[in-house]
Amino acid sequence: MMYLDHNATTPLRPEVLDAMLPYLGKQFGNASSYYRLGREAKNALEQSRAVIARCIGAQPSEIVFTSGGTEADNLALRGAAHALRKKGDHIITSAIEHHAVLRTCEDLQRDGFAVTYVLVDSNGRINPDDIKRQISRKTILISLMQVNNETGVIQPVDEVGKIAQESGVIFHTDAVQAAGKLPIDVTRHSVNLLSLSAHKLYGPKGIGALYVRRGTPLRPVITGGHHEHNLRAGTENIPAIAGFAKALSLASEQMETTVHRIAVLRERLESQVMFRIADVQINGSGAPRVSNTSNMSFLSIDGESILLHLDLRGICASTGSACTTGTPEPSHVLTAMGVPASSAQGSIRFSLGKDNTEQEIDMVVDALAEITSQLRAITSLKAV
Amino acid sequence: MRNMSKEPNVKDSDCTGDRMSAGVNDWKELYSKEPEAEEEFVIPEGPLLFYNELVIDHFTNPRNVGEMDDADGYALIGDPSCGDQMKLWIKIREGRIAEIKFKSFGCPGAIATSSMCTVMAAGKTVEEAKQLTDDDIIAELEGIPEQKQHCSLLGVNALQEAIRDYERKQGGEESR
Repeated sequence: MMYLDHNATTPLRPEVLDAMLPYLGKQFGNASSYYRLGREAKNALEQSRAVIARCIGAQPSEIVFTSGGTEADNLALRGAAHALRKKGDHIITSAIEHHAVLRTCEDLQRDGFAVTYVLVDSNGRINPDDIKRQISRKTILISLMQVNNETGVIQPVDEVGKIAQESGVIFHTDAVQAAGKLPIDVTRHSVNLLSLSAHKLYGPKGIGALYVRRGTPLRPVITGGHHEHNLRAGTENIPAIAGFAKALSLASEQMETTVHRIAVLRERLESQVMFRIADVQINGSGAPRVSNTSNMSFLSIDGESILLHLDLRGICASTGSACTTGTPEPSHVLTAMGVPASSAQGSIRFSLGKDNTEQEIDMVVDALAEITSQLRAITSLKAV
Repeated sequence: MRNMSKEPNVKDSDCTGDRMSAGVNDWKELYSKEPEAEEEFVIPEGPLLFYNELVIDHFTNPRNVGEMDDADGYALIGDPSCGDQMKLWIKIREGRIAEIKFKSFGCPGAIATSSMCTVMAAGKTVEEAKQLTDDDIIAELEGIPEQKQHCSLLGVNALQEAIRDYERKQGGEESR
């Protein structure tokens, strides 16, 4: 099997599994309990919190554990919006956010909030001025992802963060696809809220965190006990939290070498595909991208057909658009970039990881050359 | 204390003595029954791929792919800007579909069902081919995932349109 879908999820590092095992075994205590077993769980919780805080330049008290990136986004948006309801009702975000942000914004619209979805340029990047122009007296929150999951395009979060700060607006960034691929330092970014997820960086699924800058107004979404500074109730998932801390610290330590190695592999993939296969476009290639993601449109053929052929060869990749309910839904990201629907339908996302090799890249290029010529022989469309 | 009287009192009627005893008797009956030998609890296991093997065979090795210069009937259906597109050609000899070819820009479901549609239509009389439905194709493919069932309409609609095209041309020739 060849795994080229690391933006979907990543395999667990063996060191991470080792860090988790004690808390799945004898050290099963509840971190809220008084006795020694509980204190051990509490120590693991707070040590993990400190490790994660250090990795992003935060204070430990500013880290709130959640069930993952989606919940972190929900807490950030719902939490800030409802806490600031008396101040205003306007939220600004981008059209290319993850559904965890977009669907939450749509739900906030049903609660009476007004949301502006800012468009991107043809390379999938936001223009900070477009966000600045939308700010009004009623604006309370801006949310912009640090890296887009489909294209890997890096968004200007530092500029937007400054704009938000100058306007006195809370700024949230979904950094789920950035962690481990770009340096994250909340002391440098003007960010109030930042979402993280463990399973995108060789950690376990079901755990994430929201960084909450001290003093940021936030109303909890999940209520119950006094966990996580009263911002997220529920008995803490200690094994996952311990694994998350281990995964993030390893990813941070090894980031520079890993990012560089993967950049070489992606260059190999893209240059060989462009050389050997006609009518391919690389979406977002004109903008700064994280080094692991490559979103390609193979014109005049359908993405799911490519994906199934890859699957039959044991190659795992993904497509942004899926023909499911009668009408195919092209990716909202590619659509926002102005990619025509028929090209978006032929788009495949490869997202490389730390264990991929040159040999694997050569094999996937061979496979793609075969698959595209086979599918182009039966297509009813002429390549553009 | 909450005043319960205003809420619909469903529970009481469900828990009358008669019903309770009837319930107990049901359980007694259930436990006294000998388990049937054939009955086996199996955890369902879906295919490892989204489609079954027959569908995948028609996708990787579609039948009757190609174009025709001298077709008796031709159809172009679908819209590539909003999904699948298909072209289909038929040649009619002595009232039967003697030859059929197709090309498709579509998902695996569209390619496989179109391929099966051409296999089923080949050799049929025009009248028989008109009776072919999307359900027939799905049945012959031993099923396709529910959200992909609409794809099978593409082949059938193209076939019907090609037959109409053939009949229009026939009518035109006769009136001349």
